[in-house]
Amino acid sequence: MLKNRHVTGWLQAAPLSLVLIGFLILPIVTIVIVSFWRATEFSIIPAFSLENYEFLFGSQVTYRVFLATFKYAAITWALTLLIGFTVAYYLAFHIRSQTVQIALFLLCTIPFWTSNIIRMISWIPFLGRNGIANSALISWGVIDEPLEWLLYSDFSVILAFVHLYTLFMVVPIFNTMMRIDRALIEAAYDNGASGFQTLRHVIFPLTKPGIMIGTIFVLTLVMGDFITVRFMSGSQKANVGRLISNDIALLQYPSAAATAVVLLCTVLIVIGVLLRFVDIRKEL
Amino acid sequence: METRSRSFYILTAVFALFILFLYGPTITIGILSFQGPQGGLTFPMNGVSLHWFRDLFQEQAVGDIWGAFRRSFALGLMVMVSTVVISVMGGLAFRKRFAGSGVLFYLIIASLVIPSILISLGVGLIFSQLGLRVHWATSGFGAQLTWTLPFGLLIMFAVFNRFDKSYEEAARDQGASAWQTIAHVVLPIIAPSLIGVGLFGFTLSYDEFARTLLTAGSYNTLPLEIFGMTTNVTTPVIYALGTLTTLFSLLIIGTFIVTVWVIGKRRARHGSDAGKGV
Repeated sequence: MLKNRHVTGWLQAAPLSLVLIGFLILPIVTIVIVSFWRATEFSIIPAFSLENYEFLFGSQVTYRVFLATFKYAAITWALTLLIGFTVAYYLAFHIRSQTVQIALFLLCTIPFWTSNIIRMISWIPFLGRNGIANSALISWGVIDEPLEWLLYSDFSVILAFVHLYTLFMVVPIFNTMMRIDRALIEAAYDNGASGFQTLRHVIFPLTKPGIMIGTIFVLTLVMGDFITVRFMSGSQKANVGRLISNDIALLQYPSAAATAVVLLCTVLIVIGVLLRFVDIRKEL
Repeated sequence: METRSRSFYILTAVFALFILFLYGPTITIGILSFQGPQGGLTFPMNGVSLHWFRDLFQEQAVGDIWGAFRRSFALGLMVMVSTVVISVMGGLAFRKRFAGSGVLFYLIIASLVIPSILISLGVGLIFSQLGLRVHWATSGFGAQLTWTLPFGLLIMFAVFNRFDKSYEEAARDQGASAWQTIAHVVLPIIAPSLIGVGLFGFTLSYDEFARTLLTAGSYNTLPLEIFGMTTNVTTPVIYALGTLTTLFSLLIIGTFIVTVWVIGKRRARHGSDAGKGV
């Protein structure tokens, strides 16, 4: 006989399960199936063929683009971690009034609830050839000619990633830091640890779960992105997401699906490794 | 009060720079949207005017942005209500282990970390293979839920992990049914968090781009419309639009935050009614 709690649980989780089956599992299954299909210029044909994967793994472009994707992810991760940790540490340990703490935390999180597209557009007047950055540098005499690499370059892509996603580091790291027992820090000081030693040997190890969650967010967001790279590089740089979206634009769905499957596997492997270091359920 | 260390002042400066980094660009386009009619996409300001805001209200200049706004607003409300209801039910379900709860938990995480373009592509493919037309209110709605629900559920998990079960036991001891316990005890206690879930649901939907891209069909939502503009509009009208939607977002965020704050205040004022024979 089924236990009552199972039935209640299933009923309460039913709407959630339906959404996830219909709009998460089925789409992935469809992508995997279609990745084995063939495409002509006008239509896609059900078949079982490995040609999409053969083409993908046989092309130098694929490896270059995956490498670029990892490069974006690694640099963005390092920068967001550095900034995110510093900001969270400041909020958690240097702000003493709870009201101020909440206010400053909200100040950090509000941009998350506004449009990413507009936040990207808003860099144009700053980075453009005649933008604020170039004008300022020229008037200060730092440079004679406008810098060309500020906009539509790897620099602007990574700048936008850091701008958009640092928040995903700040929030989980701050959350973990707030749960650190303050007595531990006092104990460290009482035993003669300097501020930096306390940070290095007490706070940092205890903050690792938050760092891991932030890392999962940032890596998956950057690896799956296509719009930031397209917009901030003026279509001059590529990552895996753009490879997929270009195929979609050309109606080459089977090819797009094959790339998507490889991307998904890559992301899942990365997360699988990271999840070995943190138990998400315990951190909520 | 003990004196502040030097590191405090250094970190304060770093924090101030971070805030400037976060808000500076947005404020810049806010200023530039008041460019004069001859002004360009960057400084200097060529006079000050409302020219570009007026342009927004002339449909032929910028396409169907008001239609896109209406659709995004309606979709945001649909996603918000669904996210709150489904997240609360899911949160209640996860308070006890049930067969399959582990798998479901990892699906929620998967929904959060899966590259958005896969959802877009997959949902688009399903609809085309079934011969259905993609539409923002069907395929777009479902695709957006895969992004808003994980946030709603993570909030609910955090809320229920800290929930004091003795309130429910007290209700049950006094003869409340399971439904009465939820409606009159659990929901009022978690109400501020529900407002938070609603905020996530609305704003994440209102700003969602990648998952809506291939699932919205022939009628664009506002972010899709704005992105379309970036490829062919080269005047500050796009800043005016950006400024208006950002102000709208801030208005929504402000409303939610004030609501939570007012509820908190009211609770603090009323305090506990224990022993008053209410």
